[in-house]
Amino acid sequence: MTAQPFRLPAGGRIRRDEPLSFRFDGIEYQGYRGDTLASALLAAGVRRTARSVKLGRPRGVFTAGSAEPNAIVQIEAPFPEPMLTATTVELYDGLVASGLPGQGRLADEPDPARYDAVHAHCDVLVVGGGPAGLAAAAAAARTGARVILADEQPEPGGSLLDTGELPDWVARTTAELAAAAETRVLSRTTVFGHYDDNHLLAVERRTNHLGAQAPSHLSRERIWRIRARRVVLATGAHERPIAFADNDRPGIMLAAAARAYLHRYAVVAGRRAVVFTTGDSAYDAALDLAAAGVDVAAVADARPRPGAAAERAARAGIEVLAGHAVIGTTGDRQLTGVTVRPLHDGEPTGPAAPIAADLLLVSGGWNPALHLFGQAGGQLRYDPGLGAFLPDGCRQAVRVAGAARGVGELPGCLADGAEAGRRAAQDEGFTAARPLPPPEASAAPEPGAPSVPLWVVPGQDNLDRAFVDLQRDVTVADLARASGAGLRSVEHLKRYTTAGTAHDQGKTSGVLTSGVAARLLGVDPAELGTTTFRPPYTPVAFAALAGRNRGVLHDPVRVTALHDRHLAHGARFENVGQWKRPWYYPRDGEDMAAAVARECRAAREGVAMMDAGTLGKIDVQGPDAGVFLDRLYTNMMSTLRVGMIRYGVMCRADGMVFDDGTVARLAEDRFLLTTTTGNAAAVLDWLEEWSQTEWPELRVHCTSVTDQWATVALVGPRSREVLAAIAPQLAVGAPDFPFMAWRDATVAGIPARVCRISFSGELAYEINVASWYATALWEALHTAGRPLGITPYGTETMHVLRAEKGYPIVGQDTDGTVTPQDLGMGWVVSKKKRDFVGKRSHSRADTSRPDRKQLVALLPPPDVLLPEGTQLIATDRLARPPVPMEGHVTSSYRSAALGRTFALALVRSGRRRIGERLYAPVGGELVPVTVADPVLYDPEGTRRDG
Amino acid sequence: MVEHVEKHSPLGGFAARLAAATRASGGAVRLAELPFLTQVNVRLDAKGPAADAVRLALGIPLPVAPNTMVRGGGLAALWLGPDEWLVVGPPGTASGLEARLRGAVGGTHAAVTDVSAQRTALLVAGPRSRDLLAHGTSLDLHPRSFGPGRCAQTLLARAQVVLAARDERRPGFWLLVRSSFAGYLAEWLLDAAVEYAEPPS
Amino acid sequence: MLLIPCPWCGPRDEAEFGYGGQAHVPYPQDPAALSDREWARYLFFRDNPKGPHAERWCHSAGCRRWFNAVRNTATNEVLAVYRVGEPRPVTG
Repeated sequence: MTAQPFRLPAGGRIRRDEPLSFRFDGIEYQGYRGDTLASALLAAGVRRTARSVKLGRPRGVFTAGSAEPNAIVQIEAPFPEPMLTATTVELYDGLVASGLPGQGRLADEPDPARYDAVHAHCDVLVVGGGPAGLAAAAAAARTGARVILADEQPEPGGSLLDTGELPDWVARTTAELAAAAETRVLSRTTVFGHYDDNHLLAVERRTNHLGAQAPSHLSRERIWRIRARRVVLATGAHERPIAFADNDRPGIMLAAAARAYLHRYAVVAGRRAVVFTTGDSAYDAALDLAAAGVDVAAVADARPRPGAAAERAARAGIEVLAGHAVIGTTGDRQLTGVTVRPLHDGEPTGPAAPIAADLLLVSGGWNPALHLFGQAGGQLRYDPGLGAFLPDGCRQAVRVAGAARGVGELPGCLADGAEAGRRAAQDEGFTAARPLPPPEASAAPEPGAPSVPLWVVPGQDNLDRAFVDLQRDVTVADLARASGAGLRSVEHLKRYTTAGTAHDQGKTSGVLTSGVAARLLGVDPAELGTTTFRPPYTPVAFAALAGRNRGVLHDPVRVTALHDRHLAHGARFENVGQWKRPWYYPRDGEDMAAAVARECRAAREGVAMMDAGTLGKIDVQGPDAGVFLDRLYTNMMSTLRVGMIRYGVMCRADGMVFDDGTVARLAEDRFLLTTTTGNAAAVLDWLEEWSQTEWPELRVHCTSVTDQWATVALVGPRSREVLAAIAPQLAVGAPDFPFMAWRDATVAGIPARVCRISFSGELAYEINVASWYATALWEALHTAGRPLGITPYGTETMHVLRAEKGYPIVGQDTDGTVTPQDLGMGWVVSKKKRDFVGKRSHSRADTSRPDRKQLVALLPPPDVLLPEGTQLIATDRLARPPVPMEGHVTSSYRSAALGRTFALALVRSGRRRIGERLYAPVGGELVPVTVADPVLYDPEGTRRDG
Repeated sequence: MVEHVEKHSPLGGFAARLAAATRASGGAVRLAELPFLTQVNVRLDAKGPAADAVRLALGIPLPVAPNTMVRGGGLAALWLGPDEWLVVGPPGTASGLEARLRGAVGGTHAAVTDVSAQRTALLVAGPRSRDLLAHGTSLDLHPRSFGPGRCAQTLLARAQVVLAARDERRPGFWLLVRSSFAGYLAEWLLDAAVEYAEPPS
Repeated sequence: MLLIPCPWCGPRDEAEFGYGGQAHVPYPQDPAALSDREWARYLFFRDNPKGPHAERWCHSAGCRRWFNAVRNTATNEVLAVYRVGEPRPVTG
């Protein structure tokens, strides 16, 4: 069945040579290229598109655009997508959709389409391609300014395409814009957010309308991040419904929407129509529909004296019922009749009269679309004549033009737009040699009669069926209940009733809600105002917002120069911030515990190697570098001898540990700092902040060299043999190369800096080479160490080795509330220095109190691995909540060297409680643990210093 | 003595894919790593004698206008900050360049740091190169605001980069990126370049 | 996304900057001479005005310079930027 009984034989902007097949609610239909799903359904005579979310009432197409509250659909094919409006879905061949009762389903398969973003800059951004927007863009473009015109429709023209006016001017102006060198026209592009400093976000639907034929190499949707010097908002106006009983049946739609279906798609939305209006504009809809063969039974005009437009309609044979209102409708699945009643002085008088109709056009006035203006910080004022809110100043460089600022007539919109565009460009220093000529006038404007705002048709009983927000099923009765409950603010009414909170964000209902509420509260709408406009203007898919930032590009993956080596060794990786670090290197059949135990044994008994290249490295140079570091580290750095290295801790001014690492003195005026992997950037910013803002007199410069150097830690009692084998010129013996010394040397033919540093408690060296030699160094070590069983190890083994020695990791065993003293590292805090950052805080009452949490080791039963983060309590049975907490586990491992599990923990007064028993609630049981000194392995340090 | 040791550039493994993307675009975008460039970071007082000495030693001045680059004698000096520059030269000249700079600044307070392996360089050229980069940088790359001789430190996608506009007639940019971020950025550029592939005919 | 005018690089997206809190809170000359109360005031107490607020920013992803900005906290307008060491300019 391919009948389109409501399609006119000619006209519209559809491509009749491109018929398209689609399915809706399981039934096959046909439409044309250029249709929306809504226009194709109307052409086919489908009136009911969905049921409402709360009450399950049948609903049909209500608008012809993005304000649609009713015709919510789920796309099923080619790719599932929920909660789209049939009025904005462009028809394509093979489209499968179904009506939604206000809730859709997300796809359970990955979206195969591409999404991306573009940053754009312009002198003038024009939002909206209607008469005002086109004129503004053309006027600005003529100046040579960089202009962007963004419009949500498939082609520019806006309301002119709905009304069929000025087609030649639209075509000519569109062509002129397309030819302008510095102008970009973005169609199918909705500007959905207007942020600070004229930063606007827009979404361009690039290939959605092509369905399965969309080219896969193009992004389906694109987010435009536009930074505009000036913005012209030519966003038009939304027609407003009126609240009366049963104003929600399929077949009831806004008057301008019916006109748009006629002119854009050659579709009549019904056979016999009644028009209900409070102003002039609906008469044009009535006349156009009548001319197209629709039987316009009557125009019910709430105004007692409608004026020239009504006379025009009467001359065309349309019955005008002045001073009448629609008070009810009939029809189950779709509209069958309308009841009208005369009004006198705003009150119903006289008998009600039924009129048979399958189409009711409603026009309650026009709301300027000021959503973006409001988002930009613009102020609104209420215009009682228009019954609408108008722009009233904005701190940003924004102009509002045309219907968006209440200009009613087309010639006025064109002139207003052109002036806004010209002045916006002029403000940026651009003027046109040939200004934009106004379009030829179509006809002399007739004198308009003022519209009269009508929010609720008076004298009705069925206010629980008089809908204000169709998408949320909010009625006048709901608002009455809310105001009766004492709610006075429109923001509270919104949240109480949910009016305006659906995914249409109240485009048709927002101002109506304010108007109805004002009436209920007996105040002026100006007093109530509107609810706050927030982005997005229309719903935006998360996929579009994510753009390219998904999958492997979701966040930068940082790798060291040795990453390929780790892959070759079969490493499992762990994410450490943005870094991918080898976690452990399982051999065939090994689980993690077995691999880590093997790696630990190699480091403790033989020789092992680890990629330490992720540590931050900062080159500090200058005559005052030593003084500078003295002020930032807790210990003394200026006394360090050239050729030597010192461990150091930095605190924030509050005395809490911020970072730790080593400091090597390269020359009198040059130091090389290492930072923790995660803090490299923060430490550099920290150094720069103190250097630039507090101590500019210190002659010192800091340069990041994190990626310059690759670092391999060579660890274990036999590490010296391996180093000696590939660095024959280096004196590797302890007397020549003691612990905490560094030497420049040639290692495996590569210029290297070798540091005798140990984070494992074993004899160890850290070998630094320019990162492009990392692979060569790694291979040389691996080859030289093979006879000794050299074993690559990962971060897990590193953690076990350091924890066995009680070395804390900043950020794991500390959390910004831990002092060096809490870590048992009072030895790293200088008593001699007059000051360093954090020193004064160490004598505050809170940081020096004896019951602070202190780092200790915990010994659970030898085979129990405590989960990190486990809380500790003092009793062997759970007290009534709140249970007194004694501390928590910060690190927990199995130790091959100790032959047991162990943990590090921060425990209240921990060091005084060594030997005490505490309890750890684990999986419903209380596990007894013994508090121990944190250094469990080689407490004398003989292995490291050998 | 270093000559026989093999160097690996951060994007060595991407060479074939970058070339393939260039071919697929029909020349609309050209992507290639420029590996192993010499890069020396210089910090000194732009108004002091060391700046003059460096100009004499290099034959080009260290630019004082923010976000500009001066080229000459096979070198480029990029403004990174009011007292910070990156001097870029051909591969394999780091020790010589560092020595020239150290000699020039003499005893004045300055920092000269070899950072050749800190970042790698990418060429992003071709008529659509500006569009390609506009997918990821908020910098306005229009010739009116980022013409030849301009450079900037900024963000491209989620990586910090140094971006420089080539002072040649053909549109194109150099992109300097930290070695550890290079793989991420190359993946990002390759993904963005898909848009500019000529559709299969 | 604010557009913050770096005194060196000109206007750049907010994403390139790091926030450093209230400006003109100098590190005390001699912290040891301060009472606990005075030290706590330096550490923990900051203004939180609705309106113009002088604050530190760092162009972290750009020239790495710290500078000061007067920002209206109610509107996010950056009213002035100035280099470290310069006095706070008079803003409307």
